[in-house]
Amino acid sequence: MSAPERDHGTTAVGRPTLELRGVDKSFGAVQVLHDVHLTVYPGKVTALVGDNGAGKSTLIKGIAGIHPFDSGEVEFEGERVTLHSPRDAAKLGIEVVYQDLALADNLDVVQNMFLGRERKRGVLLDEQSMEVAARETLAKLSVRTLKSVRQLVSSLSGGQRQTVAIAKAVLWESKLVILDEPTAALGVAQTRQVLDLVRRLADAGHAVVFITHNMVDVFEVADRVAALYLGRVAADVPIDQVDRTQVIELITSGRSGDLGLSAEDLED
Amino acid sequence: MSSNTLTAAEASGPQKPAAGFEGDRQDNTLGGAVRGYLDKLRGGDLGALPAVLGIITLGILFTVLRPGTFLTPLNLANLAVQATPIIVLAMGLVFVLLLGEIDLSAGVVSGVCSAVLAQVLVQSGFGWPVAVLAAIVTGAVIGMFTGSLVGMVGIPSFVVTLALFLGWQGVTLRLIGQGGTVPVREPVIRALANENLPLAVGWALAVLVAVGYAAIELWRWRAKRARDLAHQPLVLVVLRVVLMAVVVLGVTAILSEDRALSAAVDLAGIPYAIPLVILLLLVVTFVLSRTSFGRHMYAVGGNAEAARRAGINVTRIRVMAFVISSSLAAISGILATSRLSSVTPDAGAGNTLLYAVGAAVIGGTSLFGGRGRARDALLGGLVIAIIANGLGLLGVAAYLNFVITGGVLLLAASVDALARRRAATAR
Ligand SMILES: Nc1ncnc2c1ncn2[C@@H]1O[C@H](COP(=O)(O)OP(=O)(O)O)[C@@H](O)[C@H]1O
Ligand SMILES: [Mg+2]
Repeated sequence: MSAPERDHGTTAVGRPTLELRGVDKSFGAVQVLHDVHLTVYPGKVTALVGDNGAGKSTLIKGIAGIHPFDSGEVEFEGERVTLHSPRDAAKLGIEVVYQDLALADNLDVVQNMFLGRERKRGVLLDEQSMEVAARETLAKLSVRTLKSVRQLVSSLSGGQRQTVAIAKAVLWESKLVILDEPTAALGVAQTRQVLDLVRRLADAGHAVVFITHNMVDVFEVADRVAALYLGRVAADVPIDQVDRTQVIELITSGRSGDLGLSAEDLED
Repeated sequence: MSSNTLTAAEASGPQKPAAGFEGDRQDNTLGGAVRGYLDKLRGGDLGALPAVLGIITLGILFTVLRPGTFLTPLNLANLAVQATPIIVLAMGLVFVLLLGEIDLSAGVVSGVCSAVLAQVLVQSGFGWPVAVLAAIVTGAVIGMFTGSLVGMVGIPSFVVTLALFLGWQGVTLRLIGQGGTVPVREPVIRALANENLPLAVGWALAVLVAVGYAAIELWRWRAKRARDLAHQPLVLVVLRVVLMAVVVLGVTAILSEDRALSAAVDLAGIPYAIPLVILLLLVVTFVLSRTSFGRHMYAVGGNAEAARRAGINVTRIRVMAFVISSSLAAISGILATSRLSSVTPDAGAGNTLLYAVGAAVIGGTSLFGGRGRARDALLGGLVIAIIANGLGLLGVAAYLNFVITGGVLLLAASVDALARRRAATAR
């Protein structure tokens, strides 16, 4: 890859793309997110890690405007913003690739990539220009595994579906791309492809948040690691300041050495 | 979906950087298209195949069983007119079925709208434009009501429309009166199913449809090829164009023959109801396949959550599906009224709904949502009409007629369910 050498996020250049400060979220009586702080930088991959039920999906659904946060501040490129609906997020340039992918099986690749934002000429759908743009995006990401952009999504393999979902996010000149466990259901070769794709996204200047359970993936592509423990951020640090054992400790117990949550936070 | 397939694809895939879609080019050959079609069949998407096979086999069957009666211009014209209310009702149901919902009240809604039509014509003495408008607006309002209960309140459509199935029959009964029949003699309404286009106009329309279809298909093929987009091989496009021309001109030729039983009168030409149905077919096809509204319809039917996340107003789409369905039910009611020249208290009840659902499903619309087209209603409606017409000619006992038609719907639904299973396991 021709990309510049990774600096592992130590020199966090430029202003953050997204900054969360003191974000809370409850579902009824259950508080899922507690006072969450998170900073995401352009051109960097932030791995968001945490045990099952730690609140990773809830956190990104808040950023996506699907389940808006109850309180706390959100800054996007230095500006205070509100994220109350998927449209708010989309307008800012936030694209989410969900764990369940959210593709319509009965539509083809192009139709899925433009879903909800179809190009039109008058009332007519401009199928041709959409097909051209979809192909260009896939080519830019060096995606070579799709037979045709007019294939129905139902006929694609897991890795191909993931690719389409990611390409869909990239199509929109997005500033922040969030991927919820993109490699969870994939085999070795497909995981490889998705990780390469994630790296290329960041190298192209997107800020990337990448949720995963897999330590190999984390150390392979991430510039920064943010660890969630029971809805709290245990650490949000450059990757070269932690090793594998520490990240696992942060995930399983919320602290590791002098990193992590304080004793009173761990109390409740 | 295994990693094996992917690695295999990678190994054989094009290695040119940043050019990823050699497959498109393969698909553009005839072999590729045939392979693609077979893949689709194997994947469980039978498309128009069952309906086309049904029309052909049933046509042969009834021709053999009733030679000299079934395959005559008179009977075929009858059959076509018989089919029109079924086709239009089914076309509306396609919208509802696309979302994976059902409208059990569609038939009786067409009945209510017929009753409104009759009352406006007969009691209030307005002309046909007012009456037709009143009927269609009634349909739209009813659809808005049904759609709101389903889309906004969140009651399953099965329950809402089951309740309305009973409710609207009461309204029709109230409008028409117990045991009453309101005759409709308004000439324009009556003409729909009982009068024919002048022969020259019929031929002109037929040629227009055939040539227009050819022009659009070939123009699109050229535009796609010029931009190097995925397109079908030219042979296939030409084949489709020729087939369309043969069917359209063939039907016109049959309907243009004198079908009067006595030599003293002339009875020839395309019944007015047919161009009306063709027009609706074009409009619905256009809306579903060429507008973003139609695209969103499919998306909601295929994956409502994905549609919601894509910023589509899913509730609006749900409500609109019922509005369109009920409005088309009103037009279906107008056609039925024209054919019978009257409205009875049981208008739209009985087997009306079953016929329409059967038509849509036989035509290839899935009961599970996400798959369906306007032409499904046309092809499936013809199958249903052939069965009804043929059994009528055979003089089959009423009970058998019910059993057979019910059986056909079950058969179509089984094909749909099995196709879905195949599609699920194919992945
Ligand atoms: N819509 C919801 N309603 C109620 N509780 C929820 C909802 N979504 C998530 N939760 C709860 O929030 C917690 C965090 O879930 P989630 O964000 O999915 O975790 P993760 O993605 O880290 O595995 C879990 O205990 C889960 O049960
Ligand atoms: Mg999750």
